[in-house]
Amino acid sequence: MSTAAVARAGKSWNDVPWQLWASQLAAILRIEIKKTLWMRRSIWIYLLAFAPAVMFGIHALTSPMGRNCSIEEDTRVLAYTFQIFYLRVGIFFGCMGLFTWLFRGEIVEKSLHYYFLSPMRRELLVAGKFLAGFITASLVFASSVLLCFIFAYGHFGPTGRAFVFNGPGFGQLTAYLFVTILACLGFGAIFLALSLIFKNPIIPGVVVLLWESFHAVAPSLLQKFSVTFYLKQLSPVTIPPDGLMALFTVVAEPVSPWLAVPGLLALSVATLVFAGYRIRRTEISYLAD
Amino acid sequence: MSPTTNSNVVFEDVSKFYGEVLGVNRVNLSLPPGVTSLVGPNGSGKTTLMNLVTGLVRPTQGCVSVLGLTPDEPEEFFRHVGYCTQFDSFPKGVTGFEFINQSLRLRGLTGNEAARLTAEAIDRVTMGEAAHRRVAGYSKGMRQRIRLAQAIAHHPTVLVLDEPLNGLDPMARAESINLFEALGKQGLHVIISSHVLHEVDKISDQVVLMSYGYVVAEGQIHGVRTEVKEHPMQILVRCAHPGLLASRLFSHDHVVEAKLNNDGKGVLVRTKDADMFYQLLNKIVVEEDFAVDTVAPNDDDVNSVYQYLIGNGGGTV
Ligand SMILES: Nc1ncnc2c1ncn2[C@@H]1O[C@H](COP(=O)(O)OP(=O)(O)O)[C@@H](O)[C@H]1O
Ligand SMILES: [Mg+2]
Repeated sequence: MSTAAVARAGKSWNDVPWQLWASQLAAILRIEIKKTLWMRRSIWIYLLAFAPAVMFGIHALTSPMGRNCSIEEDTRVLAYTFQIFYLRVGIFFGCMGLFTWLFRGEIVEKSLHYYFLSPMRRELLVAGKFLAGFITASLVFASSVLLCFIFAYGHFGPTGRAFVFNGPGFGQLTAYLFVTILACLGFGAIFLALSLIFKNPIIPGVVVLLWESFHAVAPSLLQKFSVTFYLKQLSPVTIPPDGLMALFTVVAEPVSPWLAVPGLLALSVATLVFAGYRIRRTEISYLAD
Repeated sequence: MSPTTNSNVVFEDVSKFYGEVLGVNRVNLSLPPGVTSLVGPNGSGKTTLMNLVTGLVRPTQGCVSVLGLTPDEPEEFFRHVGYCTQFDSFPKGVTGFEFINQSLRLRGLTGNEAARLTAEAIDRVTMGEAAHRRVAGYSKGMRQRIRLAQAIAHHPTVLVLDEPLNGLDPMARAESINLFEALGKQGLHVIISSHVLHEVDKISDQVVLMSYGYVVAEGQIHGVRTEVKEHPMQILVRCAHPGLLASRLFSHDHVVEAKLNNDGKGVLVRTKDADMFYQLLNKIVVEEDFAVDTVAPNDDDVNSVYQYLIGNGGGTV
């Protein structure tokens, strides 16, 4: 590379108004996080998210000191709850409700033009809204998973504490929280992009749900275009495919976390780039809705 | 694209179709600074034109630029442009102050700067008392004013206002008109739409008349109403002796021109006063005793729009 080219590249890097973007991003986050955390529509997301925590809480109360259960059993129940409920239902539908509403809500309430008339790149708006949804969803679901974990092992007393701090417990908790956050990232990106294509995200939502649930029967290359594929690989306690599903499951070569995490990130980023491309072409015509 | 140093708002052969529906068609305009009024009946394409200027919709054909900038460079473009839309809607749950303040923060301003400009804008529309109440509880006029304040808060050089006088009581209306006039005098572009011409003609430096998606007339018109009244109207008279008629018409002041039609069977008259012309025509017909086949305004379209706009029906839409 010639020195001139280097200088030019350096200049364009400096030309990027990072400071402006940062303060605009902060402004979007202030508005959007407040909105997503407190909007009335979020109530059912909270109910969905914290339902398992309540179940584990009840279990902890009815089985003090692990009287009616064992650590292995609770570990398995937690694993099932996480993979079946959180990944397939809770986080999935929570993100669907939250992320599809980020732009739909502004269109329904006829306020999107205020953003579009700001001296702001629309891609930055996508990034800001996504980040706000991501922070909200991660906060809600990670704290719910944390509560489940505390209730699952807390009631074993010293044995539980030993499992967590001297056994595999703490590592599993970290993994659960990490996967939760990744799930919010992946599902969030997909639902945000879907909401920019379809007016009513219910039907595409169902399609995504079916795909995410049954992608295991697809050829292994296609499986990589599923969020759950990566999340399953990363979940700390594996549950074997059972029942009918086991018959059809195509076992994709296992992906190491070193590939699964970047894979999921790449999928999310690609989806968001697409969303940025869509939003540039979006016109304001609330009438037509 | 080369940065053109253009100080106008420019439409170059712009068309916008909403699917099959025509929004505006083949618009060519170059608007200099000052107050420009877009006037036309509902559905004539005023809002479409304004949405095109501000990038809320994209032209199907042609291009629009503002001071040589396009909305594709939003960071630069919207520092200069403010738009008060027709949508009477707000972000959820905001007070008047928050509404303006948060839109200034989105511009990247610091908390202090934003607060200062917010207070200034609220002051300009005299909304100080209600500023910290929720917008949801405002009257229509107050909502209109707070949206106007939001559009001017960042000191735009191009201010686009879609029917800004709607819903205002007479006093707020007069205040707003004074504000627009003052901003226009400061050298801003102030583009106002209205379906009632006499509402805005006194402060307008330019007027653009629209009808069915077309710009039907445009110009630097002062006191359009009188001008429209004096606008020479073309009337085609078909009669037995066009030569005779033409010679009788010449001597009258209000007749600007009277010439034989191309086919030789009629007279094309341009008059500044249609009423007086019709009276005169009747007189001539009686005196000379000849038959008139047809009398018809020649430029129908423009006239019907003018009639609509300046006719006493202007207020009853
Ligand atoms: N989003 C839209 N979808 C379809 N047609 C539209 C849309 N917006 C405007 N139109 C049509 O375009 C024409 C011009 O409308 P508009 O620009 O709103 O006129 P005005 O502001 O002068 O009342 C009308 O026929 C209207 O029905
Ligand atoms: Mg309109």
